[in-house]
Amino acid sequence: MATRPTGLKAADLKVSGLQKRYGDVVALDGVSLDIASGELLTILGPSGSGKTTLLKVVAGFEKPDAGDVRIDGADITALPPARRDIGMVFQHYALFPHLTVRANVAFPLEMRNVPRAEIDKRVSETLQLVELGGYEQRLPKQLSGGQQQRVALARAIVFNPRLLLLDEPFGALDRKLRETMQLEVRRLQRRLGLTTIFITHDQEEALVLSDRIAVMNKGRIQQVATTTEIYERPANDFVADFVGESNIFHGTVTEPGVVSLEGGRRLFANHSGKVGQRMGVLMRPERFGRGTNVFAGEVKEAVYLGVSFKLRIACDDGLELIVRQPARGPLPAPGTRVNVAIEPEDIHVF
Amino acid sequence: MSSRWLGAWPAIPALLLLFVFFLYPVVRMLGFSIEGGTLDWYTKALGESLYLQVFWNTFEIAFWVTLICLLLGYPLGFLLATTTPGWATVGFIFVLLPLWTSVLVRTYAWMVLLGRNGVFNRMMLEAGLISDPVPMLNNFSGVLIGMVHVLLPYMVLPIYGAVRRVDPALVSAAEGLGASNSRIFRRVYLPLTLPGIFAGSVIVFVLSLGFFITPALLGGGRVVMLAVMIEQQIHQTLNWPFAAALSAVLLVFTLAVYAAAQRFTRSADA
Repeated sequence: MATRPTGLKAADLKVSGLQKRYGDVVALDGVSLDIASGELLTILGPSGSGKTTLLKVVAGFEKPDAGDVRIDGADITALPPARRDIGMVFQHYALFPHLTVRANVAFPLEMRNVPRAEIDKRVSETLQLVELGGYEQRLPKQLSGGQQQRVALARAIVFNPRLLLLDEPFGALDRKLRETMQLEVRRLQRRLGLTTIFITHDQEEALVLSDRIAVMNKGRIQQVATTTEIYERPANDFVADFVGESNIFHGTVTEPGVVSLEGGRRLFANHSGKVGQRMGVLMRPERFGRGTNVFAGEVKEAVYLGVSFKLRIACDDGLELIVRQPARGPLPAPGTRVNVAIEPEDIHVF
Repeated sequence: MSSRWLGAWPAIPALLLLFVFFLYPVVRMLGFSIEGGTLDWYTKALGESLYLQVFWNTFEIAFWVTLICLLLGYPLGFLLATTTPGWATVGFIFVLLPLWTSVLVRTYAWMVLLGRNGVFNRMMLEAGLISDPVPMLNNFSGVLIGMVHVLLPYMVLPIYGAVRRVDPALVSAAEGLGASNSRIFRRVYLPLTLPGIFAGSVIVFVLSLGFFITPALLGGGRVVMLAVMIEQQIHQTLNWPFAAALSAVLLVFTLAVYAAAQRFTRSADA
């Protein structure tokens, strides 16, 4: 079975102080990251956030203006891509259209002058691993999107790379298939112990797959943390807003345990801020239920989402809230008066 | 009248034109070649060694012209397709400029350059590279040089198109998977641009088969290609039926090359 040959250990990656400009556009503005051996780190950000540039710099397709990239401590910033031993799955897979599945997967081994018999063995093992045994002689265009994705994955891992890079690989798949592939990639990555960087703009995907998430915006890393940390305790407005649905407000600490929002509303919230300090307040829509902070208001908009109702509520104190409620009973009509509440510990202050 | 024929109306002037000025003359010419109900002219064209030699010359020249165009055209097309847009524009002007110039003018220019007292020979003599003028005109190499120059753009353009169609991500992928530049070329670019190589080669070969002005002027009557011989039959010996038979044979050869090419491309696609 294709487990990692003994003696080959997944590498750790360290990038520090990366800078990259294209003319006036700053793509990377001082990016530093540490990725532990065997870890799956997701780089999450909107388009134009610099995440793709970061991936290109790690893969060697772009040279940074400043900073360095180290694998297991060795500086590889100046190495060409061909000599980095990094497996990559491209956005649209980039399978060689003129080569069969077998030849595509054999390609990196042939480039390394691996003996014929060894190539045959490793290609068929890897194809078994991605459940594509029997498809060896097909051309990429004769495969479905999911199958092409598996070939791309097989090709990226067959040579035991030191690092695996995934560049928005699920973007072209439909939802069901995407979820299957996400879990499968995760399973494979764990089993092979591959250090992996996964790029996406899809926050749900990031939450499903990652050990840790690095949220990027405007060429900077906004926060690097575990998935729960990112969701529950975002470091700033951008992270809070980009990951998940959110109600974000700003206010001032008026006494310990209280934040007064712009507009006057006082919220009881757990926080460590000092009196007078300006802070951001995040309330996740699904955290509303019973609680000390009660909001009275009128439903402006109500949407049925299967598992839940999503309500937009205009509160009497001027706030507008997005609230999720379990879908039980009839959907509240616009204009209905409602009370919603939230506990202090469900409010994140940053 | 069914509706699918209604769309054909606007094409009628062009179809008429083709019929009157192309199809009719071709049929009329074929008629000449079998005048008197005999195939004698064809027996002569395909049976006498003098004429077989001309057919052979024609194919040989077409082959070499195609090969040289390919060897020169591939790197050029590749460069144009992969360089920056600015340089590509400059390159294109150089490739297309000859196409906008009359073949006659270009051929005379080559006579000035290649002649016994031409520019090249004088330069080499003055530089002391040679002691006697090298014959470059009125021979095989003269015809080759002239024809390659005229036909090169027809090779460069399809190859340029084929290289442009190669997805840059494939090149990145190959690079990332450990391929050196030469292996990226052999394993990715070359197989993916084969259709362009093939298209360019067929165009150049087919055009070479019927080439007239350049071999007539640069061959100086010593390198006889089929088209040159047909012209001689019409203007010098006034043997129209024989000229027609030779033309028919050339037409068949050309169509055969074309059909073989089509077949090959289709089987490569499947």
